[in-house]
Amino acid sequence: MDKKTVLNATHRDMGARMVPFGGWDMPVNYGSQIEEHHAVRRDAGMFDVCHMTVVDLRGARVRPFLRHLLANDVDKLKTAGKALYSCMLQPDGGVIDDLIVYFVSDDWFRMVVNAATTDKDLAWIGEQAKGFEVAVEPRFDLGMVAVQGPQARAKAGPLLPADLREAAMALKPFSAATSGAWFVGRTGYTGEDGFEVMLPESDAPAFWRALAAAGVRPCGLGARDTLRLEAGMNLYGSDMDEGQSPLTSGLAWTVAFEPAEREFIGRAALEKQKAAGSLPRFIGLVLEGKGVLRGHQKLYDGEREVGEITSGGFSPTLDRSIAMARVNADAADILMVDIRGKRLPVHRVKMPFVRNGKACIEL
Amino acid sequence: MSNDVPTDLKYTKSHEWVRMDDDGIATVGITDHAQELLGDLVFIELPEVGTELGAGAECAVVESVKAASDVYSPLTGEVVEVNEVLADAPETINQDAYEEGWIFRMRLAAPNELDALMDADSYAEHAESDEH
Repeated sequence: MDKKTVLNATHRDMGARMVPFGGWDMPVNYGSQIEEHHAVRRDAGMFDVCHMTVVDLRGARVRPFLRHLLANDVDKLKTAGKALYSCMLQPDGGVIDDLIVYFVSDDWFRMVVNAATTDKDLAWIGEQAKGFEVAVEPRFDLGMVAVQGPQARAKAGPLLPADLREAAMALKPFSAATSGAWFVGRTGYTGEDGFEVMLPESDAPAFWRALAAAGVRPCGLGARDTLRLEAGMNLYGSDMDEGQSPLTSGLAWTVAFEPAEREFIGRAALEKQKAAGSLPRFIGLVLEGKGVLRGHQKLYDGEREVGEITSGGFSPTLDRSIAMARVNADAADILMVDIRGKRLPVHRVKMPFVRNGKACIEL
Repeated sequence: MSNDVPTDLKYTKSHEWVRMDDDGIATVGITDHAQELLGDLVFIELPEVGTELGAGAECAVVESVKAASDVYSPLTGEVVEVNEVLADAPETINQDAYEEGWIFRMRLAAPNELDALMDADSYAEHAESDEH
């Protein structure tokens, strides 16, 4: 029996097509995934992300704890409310999960971790926290709604609690404000402006309906995937996992090697990988003709297999198929992809593919 | 879930429909139920005109935002025409699965195979039980 978020009945009521997703019963679309995708690029859309887990970390030594736990350095967070994207690594450099961490106050940080990885994340974080006397508190009492698109903040702002509205509207990108149990970050997973709103579960259905009434389009996980793919944002479990390091997943920019004396988990393994060199490259691809790139399709440089697609799909904004892939360091710029036994040309591009409603690549 | 199931067509378990035309040629497509399950279609790999197909043979691929799905030939025969419109407008199937969204036409080698296909009532029941 799949788990249900607090918005499950609301989705069904509003005509969503539901599918099993990582142990949850979630909306894949509300009719047309492509129209939902365009709504987010051009106006405003919303996503139920209640299945993701909010984890509060509290204690006097929470900052040194996170500097040990995470590959990115929370010391970059100087002012309360700022957020940071990071990987959490195994000692061998494999990615346990990717997450966002918010600096709320000196003895309180908040993380948002993936749904499917929640159990192993909590076990790992709890184990590591022991030496730091940090309390690890998953907030299963909180729901989360992502409101995304150029008009998202304007439409969602008036629906926030009165005492949070002004602070939320004044937020700079990648920062958050909180009041009571509500917590609003100017963050997202679409490449558009917007908010991610954490709120008491009991408030979530009314907030969802109020957003819909304000013209925010309900969107399913299908559009969430094509939006994040266009935005060049990795998906845990497809683009990286325990078997890959950030350095082979296009996430080297999230690893803070400086200052050199910070001993984060996985550091030694990553330094060894860097020193060895010739690491696989994580690249963006565009299919030149018609067809659809999908995860696990093989890539060839001439007759030599040089890697595979980690996630791919159809880009509604570009009207072309795009993908992320991991290939050998010496692979050429033009490769061939095997789609059902046919070899079709793909070319490498710098990601993101799309940001703030606009194509970032030459077609 | 109630999808449109025209009564003048024949159907397969794998969600193709067949219309027998007056010239003895059969038109083939996928059902409204099938397009709804697939979601927005973004690419159709059409069969080639002249291809000889056996009943049940893979003959086309419909790809949606979600996944690629094979289309099987409902009958034995030769492909005589394909719907070129779908090459540039695969969403035609989402909009009109039974008319504008036809996929190919075939000249039947064994017209009696039609008797083995489902009628609208049986297909509607099959599609219903297919829902989960």
